[in-house]
Amino acid sequence: MTNHWIDIKNADVVVVMGGNAAENHPVGFSWVTEAMQHNNAKLVVVDPRFNRSAAVADYYANLRSGSDIAFFLGLIRYLIDTNQVNYDYVKTFTNASFIVREDYGYEDGLFTGYDPKTGSYDKESWFYELDDQGYAMVDESLEHPRCVWNLLKQHVDRYTIDKVVNITGTPKAQYEQVCQVIGATHANNKVATFLYALGWTQHTKGAQNIRSMAMVQLILGNMGMLGGGVNALRGHSNIQGITDMGLLCQNLPGYLKLPSDKDVDLQAHFEHHAPKPLRPGQTNYWQNYPKFFVSLMKSFWGEAATPENNFGYEWMPKWDMQYDVLRYFEMMKQGKVNGYIVQGFNVLSSLPNKAKINEALAKLKFLVVVDPLAVETATFWRNKKLFNEVDTANIMTEVFRLPTGCFAEEEGTIVNSGRWMQWHWKGANSPKEAKADGEIWAGILAELKRLYAEEGGALPEAVAALDWQYVNPANPTAEEVAKQLNGQDVATGRQLSSFGELKADGSTACGCWIYTGSWTEQGNMMARRDNADPSGKGITPGWSFAWPANRRILYNRASADVNGNPWDKDRTLMEWTDGKWTGIDVPDFNSKLDPQASAKTGFLMQPEGHARLFANRLMAEGPFPEHYEPMESPIGTNPMHPEVITNPAVRIFADDKAQLGDFEDFPYVGTSYHLTEHFNNWTTHSRLNAIAQPQHFIEMDEVLAKQKGIANGDWVKVSSKRNYIVTKALVTKRLQPYVVNGKTLHTIGIPLHANYEGLTREAYEINSLTPYVGDANTQTPEYKAFLVNIEKAEAI
Amino acid sequence: MSARDIILRSGTSELTPPAQARHAVDKVAKLFDATLCTGCKGCQVACSEWNDLRAEVGTFQGSYQNPMDLSSECWTLMQFHEVMDDNKFHWNFTHTACMHCDEPSCLMACSTEGAIFQRADGTVDFDADKCIGCGYCTTACPFSVPKLSPKDHKAYKCTMCSDRLAAGLEPSCVKTCVTGALKFGTREDMLFLAEQRVAQLHANGKTKAGIYNPAGVGGTGMIMIFEDITNPEAYGMPKDPVVSKPNTLKQDWLKPLGTAGIIGMAGLALVHRIAVGRNRVQEDEQNNGSEE
Repeated sequence: MTNHWIDIKNADVVVVMGGNAAENHPVGFSWVTEAMQHNNAKLVVVDPRFNRSAAVADYYANLRSGSDIAFFLGLIRYLIDTNQVNYDYVKTFTNASFIVREDYGYEDGLFTGYDPKTGSYDKESWFYELDDQGYAMVDESLEHPRCVWNLLKQHVDRYTIDKVVNITGTPKAQYEQVCQVIGATHANNKVATFLYALGWTQHTKGAQNIRSMAMVQLILGNMGMLGGGVNALRGHSNIQGITDMGLLCQNLPGYLKLPSDKDVDLQAHFEHHAPKPLRPGQTNYWQNYPKFFVSLMKSFWGEAATPENNFGYEWMPKWDMQYDVLRYFEMMKQGKVNGYIVQGFNVLSSLPNKAKINEALAKLKFLVVVDPLAVETATFWRNKKLFNEVDTANIMTEVFRLPTGCFAEEEGTIVNSGRWMQWHWKGANSPKEAKADGEIWAGILAELKRLYAEEGGALPEAVAALDWQYVNPANPTAEEVAKQLNGQDVATGRQLSSFGELKADGSTACGCWIYTGSWTEQGNMMARRDNADPSGKGITPGWSFAWPANRRILYNRASADVNGNPWDKDRTLMEWTDGKWTGIDVPDFNSKLDPQASAKTGFLMQPEGHARLFANRLMAEGPFPEHYEPMESPIGTNPMHPEVITNPAVRIFADDKAQLGDFEDFPYVGTSYHLTEHFNNWTTHSRLNAIAQPQHFIEMDEVLAKQKGIANGDWVKVSSKRNYIVTKALVTKRLQPYVVNGKTLHTIGIPLHANYEGLTREAYEINSLTPYVGDANTQTPEYKAFLVNIEKAEAI
Repeated sequence: MSARDIILRSGTSELTPPAQARHAVDKVAKLFDATLCTGCKGCQVACSEWNDLRAEVGTFQGSYQNPMDLSSECWTLMQFHEVMDDNKFHWNFTHTACMHCDEPSCLMACSTEGAIFQRADGTVDFDADKCIGCGYCTTACPFSVPKLSPKDHKAYKCTMCSDRLAAGLEPSCVKTCVTGALKFGTREDMLFLAEQRVAQLHANGKTKAGIYNPAGVGGTGMIMIFEDITNPEAYGMPKDPVVSKPNTLKQDWLKPLGTAGIIGMAGLALVHRIAVGRNRVQEDEQNNGSEE
């Protein structure tokens, strides 16, 4: 979240789209009902299903799963047409006025630079026109035909309301109403917030779904505002912490980059990742990249990291390609992986195309399952009639189970969606042999160090040099690790209070630069529990610690205009008065700069200091979002450009491509989701949750049910090109057929809580159905839009 | 709050046992605002946790609702109703538990002295030790709340967390509710909040919104706000619940009649004693005398 949970109460309009906050974030949703009760906020819900969020919404609009980008590009066109654009904001804080290179172009679904052979883009032309000093050229009058604003206008011009609803299936009146309600927040004193989650990420164009919304927020002037922002609601309590800590295949902690084999040495790595400013007078915060990176190396290797050995850079693994989890299981299936350690992740029930996962795991020599529960992954080799029909005798994989404790059985910190690092204390001891994850890893590391020392091996230095100075090396405490993440002055051991103190000369060590300030010489800032809120706007600076720098609302320079006057007096975050900045939050800009100078660097992480309506070369499939169909399209065409149906930059393996279904055999749109009663595949092991929702089911509309002779509660078989499941049907008015491109379509809603090892009724796991293909940028699998068929079935 | 604050007890003929005059006890109420409820079932699960209830793991019955009905192991239940109204679709969620009626049908129907009682704060509670399992309360309740346990054949229902109330805490369902759909306090305060909220809903164009606090049972210790008060059935609640006729008949007529009957019988016996009994003795004496 650029903002945070409590801040939702400051919104005038709350839009829940690409998520189902009431269902999946029932506690945080209290700030939505707070806004509705005490700020007279309006709740807008856009979803293929009338869900729990929609039940309390003021406005609901239906849309076909996988058509969100069309919805938004139409909305942008509507905002421009009806003059509901906050032009002062757009000109000050976005790259609308920046001039794009002459060789950039877009035509019929493709941007310039596409290579059909590799299925990827040469992104060279997706950039600004630079002057002779290397600065981007701008036209503040927005008249230049190649300025971002005019390119955007031209790009969205194709998305008329009629064309949009022809793609999304949204009833036109509903669409117009939602556009109207959102558009009204272009006024300086009206703000909308968007709450989203996996409903946007789990598509082959997931990242562009989110970008489309972020562009709308910029056009309306809702970024950096109290009650505004782009707000990802994290599904797991510590998913924010996972990404912060770099648990992604190409990241290091603090959103630093894992070096690639193109970064031949430390200097090359810095050149690739510490950008040069693209406009004069920039803060260009990533220019500090070397300070963060060297401090991280010092945290990894301590005294062994020296300027002479480039702080251990040569010991870092360098990637040659993206080893995301889909690629990894493809390699596993091909027999290229010997062992796999799976921690807190029930892969057999989670990754797409369960049959493929079964096949891949069976190719392993060993599998280590680190989990608090008896998950299906650990028994992937066991034949379970109907639910896991495998040939046990021919599976040679050796499985080790390492039981862990749960979050409540250890102390530490959890980072919530609003970037708050909240310390929590141990509530109980773990049962029996279960150990904390940290203790398990310390044990594995000790053994690795011993084996490398005794037997040698490839690059033993990296393991041997790893700094492991804890009071009890076999079980580092959460306190020790948290202090290390915060960072210290190497010579004195002093806890640092700000990442501004980090140095690139090896005199500071820091495990995650964005966390600096969380455990200072004053103690554990994350354990603070002062809920005083002097402004009444929910800022609570004394409650826990919000990274970065205890800042509660990101990009808060944009809460005030170019002269430092707040857009809305009632939403004063930062204000220029009597020649200085004052405000209720920690400034997200250089507060030594005057309003005019700081406005030019309001989005200080960007080398041009401006938010990007045009994304330059960051995205795989284009600098502007464009509507592409899901990989399995229910209409088999793309009404915008029939020659380019799906995202052209998607990576898909040959076997998986062959397993994509056709709309003639599988005519219905399958979409998966969570229910309030359960949490992933975990709470099916918990009795109270199992009582509240005891058995798997799918949801379907009444019209299709009638056609198929399916009554509410009947057994049904749902099949995709991959496999099938047999489950029960909930026939409901909450799903409605819709017309897309002249064709009546139906959605089959598929909750994902289906297990056979838990306390709920044994069920077919729904990842039997889902396609093995992910977002072109993140490789997050397309769980939200795929094709299925449905028929009545015998009871199991 | 103490056991001495009981103002009504089942199976007794006193019209109303006097409340303790030492201190005034305000009536309490839960306020359920259906317009804020997201049907998360937090209240349902919190109730089971606090009261140590574990229903069977059931099966899917064609609804998000589970279990499908209240039971001796499920004292709080979210009901789910899909409703079309004026061409607009509504998914209504109802927090279902004891309504704590001011005139409790269950208490009036109960055959056993003190098995059901009402406290001065208005909450209605069961004493399982005294319950004989006749089940009259289960049929008498206009909201079908009390349920017999298949294990011990006694009747059970929501106590309004009387143990928590005694310690100055709110009921566990209210404690856990995150959206503000459940609130707890004095009935006066809850009615005041409810009226304010309804006024806000009216101002926002939800002109049918209103308060469910049915007079037919004397008002309830659970007050509800519905978006459409003209149609409480759309929330699974009866439109005009009343204390059941057999009950009123029994309490207001049969019991007094019975009392009158007993008094009458005593009177008759006395008359008999005076008018007939003495004569008989005399006859005996006469007989005895004759034998002598």
